[in-house]
Amino acid sequence: MNSIDFSHKAVEMVDVVKKFGDFTANDRINLTVHKGEVHALLGENGAGKTTLMNVLYGLYQPTEGAVRINGKPLSVKDPNVAIKNGIGMVHQHFMLVEPFTVTQNIILGNETTKMLGMIDIKKAESEIAALSERYGLAVDPKAVIQDLSVGAQQRVEILKTLYRGAQILILDEPTAVLTPQEIQELVGIIHNLTREGKSIIIITHKLKEIKQVADFCTIIRRGKHIDTVEVDQVTEEDLASKMVGREVSFKVEKDPQPQGDRILEIRDLVVEDSRGIPAVNGLNLDLYKGEILGIAGVDGNGQTELIEALTGLRPAKSGQALVREKEITNLTPGKIIQQHGISHIPEDRQKRGLIFEFDIAENLILENYATEAFSKGFTLDFKRIYRNADQLIEKFDIRPQNSKLAAKALSGGNQQKMIIAREVANDPDILIAAQPTRGLDVGAIEYVHKALVDQRNQGKAVLLISFELDEVINVSDRIAVIYEGKIVGIIDAHDADEKEIGLMMAGGTA
Amino acid sequence: MTLNREYLKEVFLKGPLGLTVISVVLGFVVGAVVLLIAGFNPIEAYMAILRGIFSKPKYMSYVIIYATPLIMTGLSVAFALRTGLFNIGAEGQFIVGAMVAAMAGYFIHLPMLLHVPVCILLAASAASVWGGLAGYIKARFGVHEVISTIMLNWIALYLSNWSVTLKSFGKQGTGKSYVIQETARVDLFGQWKITEAGIDFIRSHRFWGDILKSPVNVGIIFAIILAFVMWYILNKTTLGYELRAVGYNPHAAEYGGINVNRSIITSMVISGAFAGTAGALQVMGVSHRIAKLAAMEGYGFDGIAVSLIGNNTGIGSVFAGVLFGALKYGGSKIQDAVGAPTEVINIVVGTIILFIAMPKLIRMILQARNKKG
Repeated sequence: MNSIDFSHKAVEMVDVVKKFGDFTANDRINLTVHKGEVHALLGENGAGKTTLMNVLYGLYQPTEGAVRINGKPLSVKDPNVAIKNGIGMVHQHFMLVEPFTVTQNIILGNETTKMLGMIDIKKAESEIAALSERYGLAVDPKAVIQDLSVGAQQRVEILKTLYRGAQILILDEPTAVLTPQEIQELVGIIHNLTREGKSIIIITHKLKEIKQVADFCTIIRRGKHIDTVEVDQVTEEDLASKMVGREVSFKVEKDPQPQGDRILEIRDLVVEDSRGIPAVNGLNLDLYKGEILGIAGVDGNGQTELIEALTGLRPAKSGQALVREKEITNLTPGKIIQQHGISHIPEDRQKRGLIFEFDIAENLILENYATEAFSKGFTLDFKRIYRNADQLIEKFDIRPQNSKLAAKALSGGNQQKMIIAREVANDPDILIAAQPTRGLDVGAIEYVHKALVDQRNQGKAVLLISFELDEVINVSDRIAVIYEGKIVGIIDAHDADEKEIGLMMAGGTA
Repeated sequence: MTLNREYLKEVFLKGPLGLTVISVVLGFVVGAVVLLIAGFNPIEAYMAILRGIFSKPKYMSYVIIYATPLIMTGLSVAFALRTGLFNIGAEGQFIVGAMVAAMAGYFIHLPMLLHVPVCILLAASAASVWGGLAGYIKARFGVHEVISTIMLNWIALYLSNWSVTLKSFGKQGTGKSYVIQETARVDLFGQWKITEAGIDFIRSHRFWGDILKSPVNVGIIFAIILAFVMWYILNKTTLGYELRAVGYNPHAAEYGGINVNRSIITSMVISGAFAGTAGALQVMGVSHRIAKLAAMEGYGFDGIAVSLIGNNTGIGSVFAGVLFGALKYGGSKIQDAVGAPTEVINIVVGTIILFIAMPKLIRMILQARNKKG
């Protein structure tokens, strides 16, 4: 347990209700965070966690209820007041100006000035260096953001809130983008912060991390306050079932299955990234029918470029990728989908995977709109398009069950279900799943994993790319570790050791 | 009944219609303020506009004639916008369409039933090439269509001006081309009007006679058909699916196997055809010739406004085009009636667009009203 001062309530939210029209996003939620406490906020996507934090942060006004900071009632009107009250937020997606230095980013909007309004960058730099040292953040104030790793960028965000005098830090899904090692560093930083009397609220749905770092955990389900528990007193399973409202299985159920024929062969593949630097650099890999091959690796080691080359979205510089001995490198995406049977659950579902303005039915035909199934000559066959949508909505449990709803109206989990429904309905021979559970809650993750195993059991080949090592180990049959654009090792998932793989991911040899 | 009312309220508050109506009203309010400041009575001025639109059948006919090319250039801009492209080049495509229609109407000799479609087809094709060129430059070299279409506008203008200096095509010294053949015209009763029977008819029938005093033509029918064509292509065909997908999210379209570059070119080709048809019908129905232009006439630029006011839809462009045509025609009367400058109309239109571009503000106004009521 951290050094909690139970006599000092840093945050008190009492019976907070937040309504949007008829929809109640927060229904009488209570949250108390003491000085020096790490408090986890757990809930499924759309449960109301972010809304609650936005109320605390001042982006929303509560419909009912009270918010007290350090015992003083507070009606936060806008984020600037929140900052003045010592509340800082680190968003899941960083808000940093890439070509600026760490110091320039941190002082942005809050510049200390000398005479005639000149920025006193020296003073700011030394202050930031001191803060960084005090909390063990190891950030160089002069470094340029775009040269920093994701973990370091996150520490810059934390530093930004501290520089503005934050006593209460809200971290929104802080580990979603980190490697296992970086997560450990973050845990250390959180301990440093609480030791200095800061209070921390972590929004997450990763149970393991809650167990590791939080003192208390408040669970929200469908906008309602379910429970607040002392983390030491409960198991991960308890937390999961409280969050989802039913028993959840963590283990991915799958029977052993003999390896089938080789279906994909990658030979000496070189793919350049957008800057012209080879991101995939002489990669070799084989994929067999009836297996899930997981690719483990830290973000930015060529995973994105590998997937894009395999799906025709990025040209390959040299080398080959063969499906059933037939070359697919540098074909168009349409040909790869239609003629070579590759389906792709894209890494960035909002950029690649769906069209916000299209309804569910239209999104579900993104690859097949021109096939006989959905069109007659030049015209679309809307009867079949909507019948197809109704069937897939039913089968894949996409909610709300309304095929005419625009994709942007769906929650992240349901958007992902929609994409998976489409890709699986293509009946592919190879399914490439890139970060398929990113940002999803436990219930939805269970669902996605089942869908992947289902494909494998039907004798399809699944290529899983994930930055979550746990996921790779749990779901895969074999694990390939990628580092600097090469596969540096292939391990049978049965013998997988998290530490060993973690070391290989970081470029060490096992 | 209450349910129906609720539904209407919902559509009005959340949909684009409420936004447009409020913007139009606010446009007139701001115009009135400007008139007041300038020392004119806005009520008198607006009454003069209304009288200028509705007091005679001929006036209403003129409104339609003014609206016709604007509807079509509006469709051209709307089609491109729906597919993610900003076609500033409707102006140039209009000019190219007008020029080619004038040439085809003068040089080619054919019976009417063939001559009219041939003229329109040639004009639309030429304008398609003009628009498609901008699409090709974007797809091939990544040049933004706003830049390339602006430049193509100027090329079109000077090309057209040069064409009327040609001995075979332009009447020397007048800065005008020869008029097109009778068989290429789409006026209604153009020849008959100047016969004795026609003059008699105009004298003895007050309503229809008055309408016939304006250059009535079939252009508006084409405009409405094109609005339907646009709706059909975008919403019912596989091509429309592709174009909309590329417009909303080119990354997702590419991922789904859609050829994004081809879609960009196709969209600009179709957009150009719409603007070219507008130019052709203007020549074939109203002016019957082209003339040397000192500056651009603004049909294409007005089309941008029409498209925005019409929420980039086919039916919306038809109504917005008529509104715009009415303001342009009716507005031209306020100078004589109250002495106020006609430019006030430009202020009104500009303000309408400004408010349409600020949907959040309008929505705030609507919701504040809603809370009170």
